Amino acid sequence: MSDTSTAIVSLSLADVRDRLARRELTAEQVTAACLDRIAATEPAIAALLTNRGEAVLAEARALDGAGPDPAKPLWGVPLTVKDALTTAGTRTTCGSRILGDFTPHYDAFAVARLREAGAVILGKTNMDEFAMGSSTENSAFAPTRNPWNVARVPGGSSGGSAASVAAGQCFGSLGTDTGGSIRQPASLCGCVGLKPTYGRVSRFGLVAYGSSLDQIGPLTRTVEDAALLLSVIAGHDPRDATSAALPVDDYMGALAARKDLSGVRIGVPREFRGEGIDPEVSAACQAALDKAQELGASIVDVELPHTPYSIAAYYIIAPAEASSNLARFDGVRYGRRAESPRDLADLYVRSRAEGFGDEVQRRIMLGTYVLSSGYYDAYYRKAAQVRRLIREDYEKALARCDVLCGPASPVTAWGLGELTSDPLKMYMMDVFTLSLNLAGLPGLCIPVGMGGRSGMPVGLQMLGRAFGEGDLLAAANVLSGALGVPGVAPACEGA
Amino acid sequence: MALYEAVIGLEVHAQLRTRSKLFCSCSTAFGAAPNTNVCEVCSGMPGVLPVPNARAVEYAARMGMAVNCTVNPVSVFARKNYFYPDLPKGYQISQFETPICEHGHLDITVNGQTRRIGITRIHMEDDAGKNIHSAGDNASYVDLNRSGVPLIEIVSEPDMRSAEEAVAYLKALHAIVVYLGVCDGNMEEGSFRCDANVSIRPKGQQEFGTRAELKNLNSFRNVQRAIEYEIARQQDVLEDGDAVVQETRLYDAVKNVTVSMRGKEEAHDYRYFPDPDLMPVRIAAEDLARWRADLPELPQARRARLMEQHGLSEQDAEVLTADRALADFFEAATAVCGQPKKVSNMMQGALLRELNQRAVTVDAIAMRPEALGELVRIVEAGLISAKIANDIFGELLESGAMPEAFVKERGLVQISDTSAIETAVDEAIAENPAEVEAYKGGKTKLISFFMGQIMRKTKGKANPALVTELLQKKLG
Ligand SMILES: [Zn+2]
Repeated sequence: MSDTSTAIVSLSLADVRDRLARRELTAEQVTAACLDRIAATEPAIAALLTNRGEAVLAEARALDGAGPDPAKPLWGVPLTVKDALTTAGTRTTCGSRILGDFTPHYDAFAVARLREAGAVILGKTNMDEFAMGSSTENSAFAPTRNPWNVARVPGGSSGGSAASVAAGQCFGSLGTDTGGSIRQPASLCGCVGLKPTYGRVSRFGLVAYGSSLDQIGPLTRTVEDAALLLSVIAGHDPRDATSAALPVDDYMGALAARKDLSGVRIGVPREFRGEGIDPEVSAACQAALDKAQELGASIVDVELPHTPYSIAAYYIIAPAEASSNLARFDGVRYGRRAESPRDLADLYVRSRAEGFGDEVQRRIMLGTYVLSSGYYDAYYRKAAQVRRLIREDYEKALARCDVLCGPASPVTAWGLGELTSDPLKMYMMDVFTLSLNLAGLPGLCIPVGMGGRSGMPVGLQMLGRAFGEGDLLAAANVLSGALGVPGVAPACEGA
Repeated sequence: MALYEAVIGLEVHAQLRTRSKLFCSCSTAFGAAPNTNVCEVCSGMPGVLPVPNARAVEYAARMGMAVNCTVNPVSVFARKNYFYPDLPKGYQISQFETPICEHGHLDITVNGQTRRIGITRIHMEDDAGKNIHSAGDNASYVDLNRSGVPLIEIVSEPDMRSAEEAVAYLKALHAIVVYLGVCDGNMEEGSFRCDANVSIRPKGQQEFGTRAELKNLNSFRNVQRAIEYEIARQQDVLEDGDAVVQETRLYDAVKNVTVSMRGKEEAHDYRYFPDPDLMPVRIAAEDLARWRADLPELPQARRARLMEQHGLSEQDAEVLTADRALADFFEAATAVCGQPKKVSNMMQGALLRELNQRAVTVDAIAMRPEALGELVRIVEAGLISAKIANDIFGELLESGAMPEAFVKERGLVQISDTSAIETAVDEAIAENPAEVEAYKGGKTKLISFFMGQIMRKTKGKANPALVTELLQKKLG
């Protein structure tokens, strides 16, 4: 890679956007720099399932021909998109073999918003199959590797997005978060990841996993960049009945308005301090909280007493919804179809058995079971009740403080293959993130430094009130500004 | 059946008459080329979402009000999960625990006895597509035009005791959906279809017997015959000392039998749960109040009123109220001439004849009800004869012309001038001396011969009453 390319891909999204707008850089230069970086890093990290390659250069040249457009806030900015989002004319696999070479004719709402804003979509990022996993090892194609140490996992399920952002392949990426799938990989890869409030970003075009939990959000290298992307993708969509009709706040204005953390009450839930947290994670998070206090924040002890039940409730609700959402992948209309089926049952059984990986099959069975006649009350209905209690916990806590903080992951990135044989232990990796999806609230993860033992990134999770993304981003921006961000990762074998 | 009593409940599916589908904007038009009224939503592509059609909710609520249901201000869409090639999402979006309407009833009268049939619930759901099996290439095809079309399912209590009652209930429901305009009622195209749960039990027994669910009953006649067959079949089973098994049976209209389709063991576990893609359906109190105020007079009430107010027979009232447009036409025509029985006769005679010939409905013709009322009035006033009215009816229906102006323009006005008629009578008598003799000899039936002669001379315009009077006087 040339030095110019390296310099370009190290810029923040906000910086590169401003330079493009001032024509200090052309869209083609920026896009070419990203393609160079992809070529250099992709063999080591496998962040992309589809690399659009030369096609995007033509798009960039067309943008340059038309000239910068002040109405397009992402004019010429190269981004990547998780392969769970449909992209018109570009293959969408959801990390699964069952979709085959499925190429949708429609963009996801959030993808359409990016294109309208002038972004260049470089490719589709790797993920755990149907977003089911915490390490991106459940991708049907290849595991993605952590650009800070390619022997380790990037987290998941939006691991490809986090890795592509951290490695400097792009200036931001869209991920999806059903139980922590944006925040946890952001934490493990040292980037910023935001899960918006349920309903803030339309789910149209997001291949559904757990429909009542799924949200689309940005992964970036700075908080400001996340705010920029959210400004573009947030808003009501008449094609998503669960999308909120509320106006979108001025996130950039909120960031500009806050210079310190005076008056901000940070709640630290007792349940997020408990056992099972690696000391290097605790230490880095505590240091971040100390810094927040220095910046004027007050620390409040709060409780989220139903947190211990969140894993059980989540692993009933999400698989139940998934078992139904994934029924459409039946080999009849599109995607993979078994060869020469004997009859209809054989067509279904073999197409699905061959097309879905182990974890997906496990969750489909789990979900089918908990919805079955005679079990519904004991499982699904009970889980829905627990979910209400968890939401009430958050409401009570957020009445006493403005932001809740805790680790996004109990550990830093672990080695590839370390947890694949132990699904329960893998499920525990989401212990701090998934209750937020049950509550439907917004949360983001910011990098707070490298773990003292592993040298791998540690992320702090900050959670806020429903549709309070502006306040949340503003507070995170101040704290992250003071702590600094790790920047672009080397994408090679770690020490 | 002396020892047994039948217990029957009906599940009726009515396709709502919305222009677009329940969860997308595709057309609901029937008969389009396969897979042309299809988009990414109703074909179950990845990542797409349903958005409910507000008009369908309104229609379902109106139907509930018309059959005395409670309309729930909040109802919930639920997924009914099963695999079938015509079901692209792998689930149907229906309502389960909280349907839009509950606890209604409908009164029916059979053989002079009025019975109240309970309506358990009405829920909304989207229809599946259609599988087409091709013998030619031994393949199956799927047409998704119907996928996502809005339906309501109207579930009755097991309150009917005979096939006649079931048909009476079904006809009453049919008349209501058509009156409300929420369904076109077309049974051949499947817009209105019915499944029946049938069981029998010894008379006097409280517990229900084991029931069979009958499918494929696509006409009133098939409902009647299938239920009758099934009652007799179950009776034979019991009399042979066997037990009726719970199962789904398909009616074969050609052989007039029901045949087992699937047993209880093969019944699906539909794994219903609230659809997370859809918010609960909320209906504002103002909307409910407005829809209730807009509710039209329903067939039963209207029939009673027509009998009471216009002195129609029950049978006439029934024919005229079978279709809302026909009843509206009747009332508007009657308002013009004040002759309800004459209007009723002309509608059931000339009008229905002409409509049937053209295979159209009354709202599709040019003739306005005011024209029919005027036609009755000018016949009664002696301006034209009933025969001429009948002869010109088709032309009036096609053109929409007003009858009085029409007959004057065509010179069809009846001759009521005594001197003009007298001339014709005198001529007829003079030209037919033999017939005059015979008449005088006692063959009084020959009066119609003279009538024919005179009508020919006057081109049918002579007032027949005057002709008769003059003939009788002159032939004395
Ligand atoms: Zn459609």
